[in-house]
Amino acid sequence: MTRRLRSGQARAGLIIVALVVAGAVAAPWLLPWDAATQDLPHRLQGPTWQHWFGLDELGRDILARVLLGARVSLLVGIIVVGVSSVVGMAVGGVSGYYGGRLDQVIGRVMDVLMAFPGMLLAIALVAVLGPSLINVVLALAVIGWVGYARLVRGQVLRAREFEYVTAAKALGARTPRILLQHVLPTALPPLLVQATLGMAGAILSEAALSFLGLGVQPPTPSWGTMINGGRVHLLDAPHLTIFPGLFLAIVVLGFNFLGDGLRDAIDPRR
Amino acid sequence: MLRYFIRRVLLAVPVLLGVATLVFSLIHLVPGDPAQAMMGDGAAPQDVAELRKNLGLDQPLLSQYATFLRHAITGDLGTSFRTGQPVTTMILERVPATVELAVASMIVAILIAIPLGVIAAVRRGTAVDVAAMTFALAGVSIPNFWLGPLLAIVFSVELGWLPVSGRGTLANLVLPAISLGLALAAILARMTRASLLDELNELYVRAARARGVSRSASIATHALRNSMVPLLTIIALQFGAVLTGAVITETIFAWPGIGRLLIQSIGFRDYPMVQGCILLIAVTYVAVNLATDLMYGVLDPRIRFE
Repeated sequence: MTRRLRSGQARAGLIIVALVVAGAVAAPWLLPWDAATQDLPHRLQGPTWQHWFGLDELGRDILARVLLGARVSLLVGIIVVGVSSVVGMAVGGVSGYYGGRLDQVIGRVMDVLMAFPGMLLAIALVAVLGPSLINVVLALAVIGWVGYARLVRGQVLRAREFEYVTAAKALGARTPRILLQHVLPTALPPLLVQATLGMAGAILSEAALSFLGLGVQPPTPSWGTMINGGRVHLLDAPHLTIFPGLFLAIVVLGFNFLGDGLRDAIDPRR
Repeated sequence: MLRYFIRRVLLAVPVLLGVATLVFSLIHLVPGDPAQAMMGDGAAPQDVAELRKNLGLDQPLLSQYATFLRHAITGDLGTSFRTGQPVTTMILERVPATVELAVASMIVAILIAIPLGVIAAVRRGTAVDVAAMTFALAGVSIPNFWLGPLLAIVFSVELGWLPVSGRGTLANLVLPAISLGLALAAILARMTRASLLDELNELYVRAARARGVSRSASIATHALRNSMVPLLTIIALQFGAVLTGAVITETIFAWPGIGRLLIQSIGFRDYPMVQGCILLIAVTYVAVNLATDLMYGVLDPRIRFE
């Protein structure tokens, strides 16, 4: 029963993610309102039939801004996970396969990066580099690759002892070919799970940095910036805070559901 | 045992050195001249030069690094650009508030997580299990910078039960602790479930049942006790997440801790203070991890011989 219910969770996760991606892509065609159009006389107006999520402090449609914010969140998630996983695979693969001194040096670098609570290092990096979307992506990728590298290193250490790898070596296959064709593919399933959960983490971290004023800068809509902006109007217009946060929580939950479901599918013992 | 302790402590030294190096590098990652960035574009060149000298930025890089390490070891983290006070003094003033919040949020997390995880494990495969774990996953997904304001709307504004910000009384602590503790509770509940499930499958639990020990007693006095060992480690390892989460929670609830000091210092480009806060949090994290490792070595002798 658990498995059935859990696969239901994974399906729910997939549906949530698909809907948000569709909404983010189709945002400009879905709504008659532009995210930048201001209707100052009706600023802070609550939800109506015309504006489902209401208007913000400048009279802009919150639904349009939430959908555009989804673009920012998904984009950050995809780039951070993409860069982190590629770098992590390369570093972890080389470190695990060659071992020796190289592995030790890479291991120490990873130990130092792991010694920082992840978000703290991201905050520190963005604080000195300056608040911007690019710096957020950079900071999250700098802390992100370590998790992938550790995972891939572990998988590679196991896989390089497999007989088919020894056979490939005996047949004269060169190291890059062995790594890319025989060793790294064994790490792909757990990597996929980590990447899915990593999307949730990256989206949440971007929103947190933007909330602190260190990420996406206005007027570009970001869920974190919108939640922060809404705090001033918490008493008279709570919808400014509620809707972007709700979307953020739902999307993160969607990726977490999906990641958990994938993990169950890969490792049925859990 | 002593050899294990010494080995673990020595292993932490290069990590601490790496942490210090990274924190030292931060000010050099500032695009352009850090002294100019701190004073703003309109500052007089002689003032900028003076600040550069005060920060030691006019020295060769290696000499700056050596000075930074020497001072850091003696607890001298420089002077705050904004207030002119020693960074260490200002940070130490904020430590009690952050520790209070961190401990309170961990208590909240444990109080929620352990019963939830135990119920899920005991009722494995039922709707109760799935509901508990869905709740746990939702807890991880809800950002604390959203939950905090929502809790404030309901409990402070609408019901008027609790103060919305500040520090001093127990009532002030409730909302920040819940807002920070919920995500941790979610992680711990999942771990409690997994850890207890492992123990419930062990032979000694079945043997206890065969000897006539009741189901609840076999869970409470046998399985749960043993599943606590890995849980203690996870609770300690989550301390880092609590410290980072505190940065956001303190900002929301105007809690006068290190996290709020860090964010305020970023706003003022007070880089010595930013470096000091980051170094202190990272060193605390390394120390807690080390203490956890040592504790684990005491609790589980197998670890010492690995």
